Amino acid sequence: MAVISKSAAPIYTDDTVRWFALATVVWGVVGMLVGVIIAAQLAWPQLNLGIPWLSYGRLRPLHTNAVIFAFGGCALFATSLHVVQRTCQTPLFMPWLAKLMFVGWQLVIVLAAVTLPMGLTQSREYAELIWPIDILIAVVWVSYAVVFFGTIGIRKVRHIYVANWFFGAFILAVALLHIVNNIQIPTSLTHSYSVYAGVQDAMVQWWYGHNAVGFFLTAGFLGMMYYYIPKQAERPVYSYRLSIVHFWALIFTYMWAGPHHLHYTALPDWAQSIGMVFSLVLLAPSWGGMINGIMTLSGAWHKLRDDPILKFLIVSLSFYGMSTFEGPMMSIKTVNALSHYTDWTVGHVHSGALGWVGLISMGSMYYLIPKLFGRKDMYSVRAIELHFWVATIGIVLYIAAMWIAGVMQGLMWRAINPDGTLVYTFVESVKATYPFYVIRLLGGLLYLGGMLIMAWNTVMTIRVGKVASAAVPPVAAAHA
Amino acid sequence: MDILYLLIPLSTALVLLILGVFAWALHRGQFEDLEREGERILQDEPALVDADQTRAVQRTEQSTTV
Repeated sequence: MAVISKSAAPIYTDDTVRWFALATVVWGVVGMLVGVIIAAQLAWPQLNLGIPWLSYGRLRPLHTNAVIFAFGGCALFATSLHVVQRTCQTPLFMPWLAKLMFVGWQLVIVLAAVTLPMGLTQSREYAELIWPIDILIAVVWVSYAVVFFGTIGIRKVRHIYVANWFFGAFILAVALLHIVNNIQIPTSLTHSYSVYAGVQDAMVQWWYGHNAVGFFLTAGFLGMMYYYIPKQAERPVYSYRLSIVHFWALIFTYMWAGPHHLHYTALPDWAQSIGMVFSLVLLAPSWGGMINGIMTLSGAWHKLRDDPILKFLIVSLSFYGMSTFEGPMMSIKTVNALSHYTDWTVGHVHSGALGWVGLISMGSMYYLIPKLFGRKDMYSVRAIELHFWVATIGIVLYIAAMWIAGVMQGLMWRAINPDGTLVYTFVESVKATYPFYVIRLLGGLLYLGGMLIMAWNTVMTIRVGKVASAAVPPVAAAHA
Repeated sequence: MDILYLLIPLSTALVLLILGVFAWALHRGQFEDLEREGERILQDEPALVDADQTRAVQRTEQSTTV
């Protein structure tokens, strides 16, 4: 027994979790603000003020990188490092490396915020950052993997909880994708060429791009879902068995769906069809997971009425279900012929990004942040409720506007006169889209407004709370 | 489409790796008694400790364990 008392202090290493949680809120505000700015530029192009650094082409990758890798990334780091400690009942492995990883990731974000507006880019969607930053990302990612898998290695509980499987798959897959997609031959400190060429390059890019959606924006956030929904609902996952099936089915299938981004291109037809078939198959595990998450509330639906955090978590799952239905449908080649290159794609991405990724992150942060500052709840629970409604209305405005705009654009572009000429010029479709761009901006403003409410609530929670450490509870003998 | 000679083996290798990890999990008994595993995360709520209480908690833990 004396051995136990001599071992490391039985306190969870939550400082890195705390920093990442706060960074999530900060980068959420920044990334969404940039999104609102470029949404306004689409409606009123003169808003770039003639300054190259503020032009749409440079700010758009800044927006995507900020929301995906800064906001989403920090949320994933905060939650995964929190969940792995709690479910393994042990403090972090190599806590100093976790701290270093925090600094490294913030450096990546700042470098991105400097280089992208300067126009320094690899011109690969969602992998725009230039090669020196890519190397820094790889180093940070390896540290993350060491900390995460090391913590699993020193776990006090034999079973590895399902959320950790999702986080683990996310870490490994993103490492592989990042490295393969960023093999470049540098020509200077800021410029490089991809080793792949032409359609080969396109295929690698979308193998990366779609799996970034699958593993960064889905698997990682499903890890959040499987921990924070049961915790907030105070009920176990509806079917733990289904969650295991969900995990293995999802990671087997996702890797093959990328070619649906290249329908009707120089990519061989059979490769396009494989991509389409696997995308359709993906519907099954995705909906299995969604149903599993939502049914966790079965018998406790009343909690949804007055718990705004549960509203965030459960509504995020319904957006997950919606976008994982929409995605496979859009991957069908005949549907894609209408939807591709239109704003429908933008609407689809944002129903996943704002609805699923955004809401599940915010819900998880609302669970996590008060506990990291020694409180049971956030400073204002009513502000969480307000945030929920403002954000949800924002999402609905956003995606409805983009659906209508997208289908309209698709129909206008393909309309042909009896003599074979096009009915509409491209600029006519742009003009017809204008009102929908304004509605989208309104939706974006509401969503950003919700994030500002969250930022205020977080600051107030920190002010009334104080940094609290959590003791590692003793492990019951049966579980050891 | 020479790139497929890289991507397909890479994806297949990954699937084999996934199968390997799955076999490991199966044989190490990760999937025995699944329903209880789902419930355990609800029971491990740690007590919140103030930064200045940390030492006190360690002391009491020591005194109870020795």
